[in-house]
Amino acid sequence: MGNLLSAVIEMKGISKSFPGVKANDNINLTVNEGEIHVLLGENGAGKSTLMNILYGLYTPDEGEIFVKGKKVVISNPNVAISLGIGMVHQHFMLVPPFTVAENIILGSEPRKGLSLDMNRAIEEVLELSKKYELKVDPNAKVQDITVGMQQRVEILKTLYRGAEILILDEPTAVLTPQEIKELGIILKSLVSQGKSIILITHKLKEVMSMSDKVTIIRSGKVIDTLKTSETSIEELAEKMVGRKVSFAVKKDDAKIGKPILQVKGLKALDNRGLEAVKGVDLEVRSGEILGIAGVDGNGQNELIQAITGLRRTEKGQVLINGKDVTNLSTKEIIDSGLGYIPEDRHKRGLILNFPLYENSILGSQRSKKFKKGIGMDYKKIRDYAKKLIKEFDVRTPSEKVFAKSLSGGNQQKMIIARELDRDPVLLIASQPTRGLDVGAIEFVHQRLIEQRNKGKAVLLVSLELDEIMDLSDRIAVMYDGKIIDTVNAKETNELELGIMMAGGRSEKKH
Amino acid sequence: MENRLDEIKNSAKNTLKEILYPLTAIVVSFLAGAILVYAFGNSPKVAYKALFLGALGDLNKFGETLVTTTTLILTGLSVAFAYKCGLFNIGAEGQFIMGSVAAVWIGWALEGLPPSIHVLLTLLAGALAGGIWAGIVGWLKAKVGSHEVINSIMMNYIALNLSNYLIMTVLNEPGKAFSFEIAPTAKLWRFSQSFEQFKYSRLHIGIIIAIFVALVAYYLLNKTVTGYEIRSVGFNPDASEYGGINVKRNIVLAMLISGLFSGLAGAIHTAGVQYRVNNLFGLTGYGFDGISVALVGNNNPIGVILSALLFGVLQKGGPMMQIEGIPKEVVGIIQGIILLFVASNFVRVMVQRYKENKEIRAQLKKGEVK
Repeated sequence: MGNLLSAVIEMKGISKSFPGVKANDNINLTVNEGEIHVLLGENGAGKSTLMNILYGLYTPDEGEIFVKGKKVVISNPNVAISLGIGMVHQHFMLVPPFTVAENIILGSEPRKGLSLDMNRAIEEVLELSKKYELKVDPNAKVQDITVGMQQRVEILKTLYRGAEILILDEPTAVLTPQEIKELGIILKSLVSQGKSIILITHKLKEVMSMSDKVTIIRSGKVIDTLKTSETSIEELAEKMVGRKVSFAVKKDDAKIGKPILQVKGLKALDNRGLEAVKGVDLEVRSGEILGIAGVDGNGQNELIQAITGLRRTEKGQVLINGKDVTNLSTKEIIDSGLGYIPEDRHKRGLILNFPLYENSILGSQRSKKFKKGIGMDYKKIRDYAKKLIKEFDVRTPSEKVFAKSLSGGNQQKMIIARELDRDPVLLIASQPTRGLDVGAIEFVHQRLIEQRNKGKAVLLVSLELDEIMDLSDRIAVMYDGKIIDTVNAKETNELELGIMMAGGRSEKKH
Repeated sequence: MENRLDEIKNSAKNTLKEILYPLTAIVVSFLAGAILVYAFGNSPKVAYKALFLGALGDLNKFGETLVTTTTLILTGLSVAFAYKCGLFNIGAEGQFIMGSVAAVWIGWALEGLPPSIHVLLTLLAGALAGGIWAGIVGWLKAKVGSHEVINSIMMNYIALNLSNYLIMTVLNEPGKAFSFEIAPTAKLWRFSQSFEQFKYSRLHIGIIIAIFVALVAYYLLNKTVTGYEIRSVGFNPDASEYGGINVKRNIVLAMLISGLFSGLAGAIHTAGVQYRVNNLFGLTGYGFDGISVALVGNNNPIGVILSALLFGVLQKGGPMMQIEGIPKEVVGIIQGIILLFVASNFVRVMVQRYKENKEIRAQLKKGEVK
């Protein structure tokens, strides 16, 4: 089937501008029937804009779209759906308290008279799930199933609406290595049944393992379209970034010193009041990076929040440099030597409506350094911000710019600059590269290694297993609120970690 | 020295930017009002002449306008300050009433004190009463998370009835539906005492106090750590918490300071204009007007001074339009249109859209990418 070279989607000469950026510049894209076509590019390259145009969320300034050879104008998602185009968004659009079946039929419910025909809905869902070998329990509530399952529900949702062409936006961001493999199998089986798939991603490994063809986009332009079988990771990376990229993170052997962070039997609740951290023991010593691996939602966030004073510690103890900081205020913990790069820079890390100079002192606003009389020394604060901007190469017109108008990478640089400049003994980095492009990721990684080499204790939490494996000296795997095991980074592999991330114990003992 | 100048220039520029949009909205509203008056078969020129002459025609009229402005500056400031911490203080009414009652009490009971001390104590008592009244609302929000809008509305009615009770009992002027008069030593200095030109106006030193307080509020918000923390909680409580800022403490503090301003408004109104407090049938409206004033002033203390002046003009000049046969409701309509424009961010959105379109057109023309 994959050999039939009839184009299902043709986008010709698509351009789309936003103020200050030409997000898509004369883009041509052809997707053939029965192929998995990857759109590869860094954040902000214009992949999502292009797909949003195809799905009817944006109108292009210029260009034409053909679906199965017929010229179409896709003015809104309903038109896209009627043309057989379905989209699975990166952030799932599901109603958590509803059942799987209810979520799938939402918006096109089968009716019996005036009322909803739930039995038929369940039947239809089961039928669909059998046809495409996407196993789900139609009666389970979405909030109770795993993320991988939720993704299946999303895919089924588009199939239920008759999608022939599926767009998946960064589908692997939330999955374990095993789930990613399963997704690959699902996609292959969909294609074998005549569906066509467009995958948006910036992860090179997945391109190689999952796709038939890949189109690389950079700065709004198509750089190249290649057959996956005829290319390599190195070539793809170079085309995506525009220069040669080194993947290996260089680091010397760890010079490990005394314990800086000690966590003993820590228990904490989540926002619903359920126990999310169920007795965690951890130790991070000076001169090492301890990585916490795990699938999202296994208590990592709650653990970090408890350590940093943002969440109550119900039981247990947290020590920094030997000092008991359990349930102290965040301010006191910061003063005890904590630097913290938070998981969500918009929610926690920055005050988006503050200019950069006011953001540059968040956390040390009460420091004597910035005081003058009864007021704050804004002249000095601005100079300080300028210094950070220069040292950490934050790309901004000036320190007076609001934090919200910076790109994600530069926002993150600003946060890192602020946290590192305080010279903390303990650095906690939670998802420090989420949503950043390759260049910025390199920068962040270098800074973290630098801190480790300076003899700081670094605690790294990341959902990106590669990141954890590249940077960490030791890796602790967290599952269901507990540390399953702590292993030496050099003596483990993806498979072993993957098994532990799903709750299984490794056979080897370290 | 140069730095200082630069800093002041900078602040002035930012302030100007912040009030530019409301200013445009005001001009547009006056134009809309003119069309309206014309549609009623009257001359807009006559109407606006009456309005402005009525409010600003001579020093006595101007003085009366400023009397209203004084109160509006303070209640406007009160709403604006809380807003900077992300709180909607709809309870300026109640805080105003509590401030009036406390001022009357101290002004009456402490008779015999030297004038300057007595005045000071009277105003302080009023401010404090307002502060406590609002502080309770803040404390409830911080402690149990109950919403400040609901609580402060309820506190308005508690204040109203508590005030009426006190005025009809402890503070009652026998046989009357109002309180005792405050002692002469507690009364604010009036311009008419020294300036013949203000003979028929009740203009008092309160206007200077109000402007001074607005400047202090500006400094407090924009130049001190307290202000930094309050604004940061207002914009993003999560990031504030992360930055080691005690969010709950700042909520209580911001409400308390907000209440101080409304309480002071009540005290100044009592010690400068009324000298007593009446048995009220309903809320005074000063607090609610404060919401409009803050909104038009873009919650900036300096903007609040200007917008309070505008509302003072409208409220004092309105009745003069009636003499010219133009319904004074026109003033209400203009006020409404101003608020509508400001609240809907009409001007800002239009300007932004225009700029964006221009930029895109320019880029397309040049064929430029990024």
